Amino acid sequence: MNGALRAFFKLRPKLPAKMFGRRAVLPAAALLLLAPPLLFFTGQDFYLDLLTRALILAIAALSLNLLVGCGGMVSLGHAAYIGIGAYSVGIPAHYGVHDGALHLALAVSLSAAFAFLTGAVCLRTRGLYFILITLAFSQMLYFTLVSIDAYGADDGLVITRRSSFPGLQLEHALVLYYCVFAALALFLFGMRRLMHARFGRVLLGCRHNRARMRALGFDAYRHQLACYVLSGAVCGVAGFFLGNFTDFVSPAMLDWTRSAELLFMVIIGGAGALFGPLVGAAVFLVLAELLSGITLHWHLLFGALLIALVLRGQLFTRG
Amino acid sequence: MSAAKKTPAAAVVSAALFVTTLFTGTFATRAAADDAPVKIGFVTTLTTPAGVIGADMKNAVELALEHLGGKMAGREVRVFFEDDAFKPEIGRQKTGKLIKRERVDFVAGYIWSHVLLASAKTVFDADKFLISANAGPSQLAGKGCHQNFFSTSWQNDQTPMALGEVLNRRGVKSLYVMLPNYAAGKNMLAGVERTFRGRVVGRDMTKWGRDRQLDFSAELAKAAASGADGLFIFYPGSAGGAFLKQYQQAGLKDRLPLYSVFTVDSLSLPRLQAAGIEGVLGSNSTMFWAPDLDNAANKKFVADFKARHGNYPSFYAAQSYDSVMLIDSALRATGGDLRDRDAVRAALRRADFASVRGDFRFGNNHFPVQNFYLREVVEDADGNWTTRITDLVYRGHQDPYAADCAR
Amino acid sequence: MDWHLLFAQLLNGLQLGLLLFLLAAGLSLIFGIMDFINLSHGSFYMLGAFVCATVAAVSGSFFLAVLAAAAATFAAGALVERCIARKLYARGHLEQVLVTYGLILIFDELAHLVWGPAGAAIALPAALEGRVDIGGVGVPRYRLLIIMCGLLVAAGMYFLVTRSRLGMLIRAGASNRAMAAALGVNIDRLYLLVFAIGAALAGLAGALIAPLTEASIGMGGEIIIIAFVVVIVGGIGSVKGAFCAALLIGFIDTLGRAYLDDLLKLFLPGAAAETAAPALSAMSVYVLMACVLALKPRGLFAPAGAGVKT
Repeated sequence: MNGALRAFFKLRPKLPAKMFGRRAVLPAAALLLLAPPLLFFTGQDFYLDLLTRALILAIAALSLNLLVGCGGMVSLGHAAYIGIGAYSVGIPAHYGVHDGALHLALAVSLSAAFAFLTGAVCLRTRGLYFILITLAFSQMLYFTLVSIDAYGADDGLVITRRSSFPGLQLEHALVLYYCVFAALALFLFGMRRLMHARFGRVLLGCRHNRARMRALGFDAYRHQLACYVLSGAVCGVAGFFLGNFTDFVSPAMLDWTRSAELLFMVIIGGAGALFGPLVGAAVFLVLAELLSGITLHWHLLFGALLIALVLRGQLFTRG
Repeated sequence: MSAAKKTPAAAVVSAALFVTTLFTGTFATRAAADDAPVKIGFVTTLTTPAGVIGADMKNAVELALEHLGGKMAGREVRVFFEDDAFKPEIGRQKTGKLIKRERVDFVAGYIWSHVLLASAKTVFDADKFLISANAGPSQLAGKGCHQNFFSTSWQNDQTPMALGEVLNRRGVKSLYVMLPNYAAGKNMLAGVERTFRGRVVGRDMTKWGRDRQLDFSAELAKAAASGADGLFIFYPGSAGGAFLKQYQQAGLKDRLPLYSVFTVDSLSLPRLQAAGIEGVLGSNSTMFWAPDLDNAANKKFVADFKARHGNYPSFYAAQSYDSVMLIDSALRATGGDLRDRDAVRAALRRADFASVRGDFRFGNNHFPVQNFYLREVVEDADGNWTTRITDLVYRGHQDPYAADCAR
Repeated sequence: MDWHLLFAQLLNGLQLGLLLFLLAAGLSLIFGIMDFINLSHGSFYMLGAFVCATVAAVSGSFFLAVLAAAAATFAAGALVERCIARKLYARGHLEQVLVTYGLILIFDELAHLVWGPAGAAIALPAALEGRVDIGGVGVPRYRLLIIMCGLLVAAGMYFLVTRSRLGMLIRAGASNRAMAAALGVNIDRLYLLVFAIGAALAGLAGALIAPLTEASIGMGGEIIIIAFVVVIVGGIGSVKGAFCAALLIGFIDTLGRAYLDDLLKLFLPGAAAETAAPALSAMSVYVLMACVLALKPRGLFAPAGAGVKT
């Protein structure tokens, strides 16, 4: 079987992970490790916040990258998992339960469960249908949350105390930052392993030629469903962090525009590129921050720039 | 950020970020000095269709500053306007930017409850003062009240409570209710039900949010068939205009009298008049203020606002004007010194300024204890549609949540 | 059961369905023929509403305003096709989604710049105000006009697609693009025409709805998602499918809003029913879509042999 797989990849496209220069990783990691205390202790909390948000959204974009970049499944409903993760913090906190392990477990398991149930239906479809049915499921969740009065409905819930782990309080901006950083590093490592593992190769294979993979004896549906569930669970973790970071949750977090923004981050960074989501999230947020400071009508520039970035192709990877 | 090192475009972007960082870093350290300007952040909605509300509030803030000569207690004033784009998360981000980068002393504004709730913690954690110029969620009025929070508007329940009282006085026995299906909509319903003694014979909660429902045909047909004595609605912003048109087109004006809160205002009336929606003339709503309210401060405010912008100010504008005047009163009381937070807080609590609503005081939860009036839509001497006060509903009314506020 | 009320609600459902059809027909053809996903299709709807409001205010003629709206959106559609959409046909759906999302941002901001944030209201001519009595039910005249326009356009589309030469090309393009091109069809011109007609239909829908809801920024983004649901349920590329699905969704949405709470009260305590009803009726169309796709992954009326790219 592995021989057959190897034979298939004789024609394979270059593996995205290889496209990224290793030399940039260390300096960048050092910067991300050392800059935050500097920002924090010089009173530049605003930029620390920006950096934290970028890393959280990078986790979400990374999970979407797994789906889009490796699996070729374009989901326009990924904001749903951010919502599930955030509400996994908000709802227990509403009842005075601040146990971080519980929040995290809820975020991961509920996201995975939602991904499994919806993925089982979505993956029966292809192409445009897939894009729009993922959107439909996230809209359903959105309207459900809007109508639950007990959890604030449209107003959402304020999180008065962030998740706490034994010996770890996310209350402190730096602690939260390093937790996000550690999670992102872990997911990047996992993603790299996965892309090189059999699972990742089968996914790539399914993306390029389902019929052929099936002929080789792989069950494309099950691999893709596993990828979909994994992606949802990782995005749930991003939601967990986002809930803690913003200190509140609301249905607006699940707005479909958020799903589109995540797709932008993926494609700006280069779909399938390991570090693409990180670059994409950073560029997206910095652009939004800079442009919105210039004029009230910044969407005009922003829209044009985004279009240019997409049309130019995947800016940050060469292959 | 990592691969950013590799390509020119991203490198430029990251470089720009850090240059800005350094620049504002040096900037900020000077800000604490006493002769530095008083910094006020104002968060409102300037984009999306709700941007029309934000523009009105911004106009009022600028008018207030002009009336103050651009100074408070001899210090220059700088106002930073930020757009929340109608989203709580953006509102919180912008509030964080105002507090952490611009280092403002006061944050005011906030049209929407969810934006205010999402942003409040950021302001309180930094021990700054938060002044709501519109949103009045119960969460901040009762158990969750905060010593640094002040409102120059009202608590959500108060206006519909006054309306319920009006319905009782008019002998309305049965009521049909149509509201958007979100938290403030439900608050409005709860408010009316607190005081209305008749029966709510039917209610529809219509879809709200991004793809909100603007075609009310199904609900209007139900309301007409219900045989109720009156129709109570709450449709803020552009949805109000859409509703009123369809109300008129359904021919319900004589069969089902309309009672509304926060729907018919100086922003919607000129457009309704342009579109010839006569059905709104004579309709009733309750409010703490109206353009014709008789006091010196209000006369000056309304006259100058009209002279400058051509239309009547909305209640959003009135509240925003008052929020600036409230801040000014605190600075006057402390001689422009903001370092003693307790003294500033005590000064704010006294509300020692000429409000456009006339006399009022702050309750224990820092929401106004104030009068509520019945307003009717009429044509003014120049032929423009506006609201006119016809009755006093409540004198010195306090919201029902204040009792839960124990600080 | 109040039969008069039911009749009124059915008419309301029909009106909503026909409006959705106007939006979805073009969207579905663009999907089917160019394999192009256009999130900014709703922007033509918004543009139609604003142009209609402006022309009605300037000229005083509502009829002229509707024509102007259709013409302006036809031109805008052609422009967008030439300048942007054309570059994207060969690209993946992902790029199409993102670029057209960027277009929404641009169009909304342009509308903000030109017309201000307040939006624009339209005064109806006196002849269209008031109501007509049909079987004891007072139906607003203007709503009848929308229904008639919608039916007329639907009939026109039917003839266009099934009887005309352009329709033949459209059908050929929808079922096998490559073959149609190989047989010498001028694909460039066909694409341009289909895109512009689709935009004009959306503009017409915007112009017709504007007197009811006013023209407002972002109104396109609000309705586009439902229009997509219509297209998907009906089957991509099928005008007949779009028509049936639009009416189905119009009726489900309207009747859900009108009767779901009463229906739920049969099974649930009153308070729970009143909480659940609005949520369920807001979700109903998405639930319908998920059910249809679970059973028929290509929609109800997908044209035979329609090429679906993965």
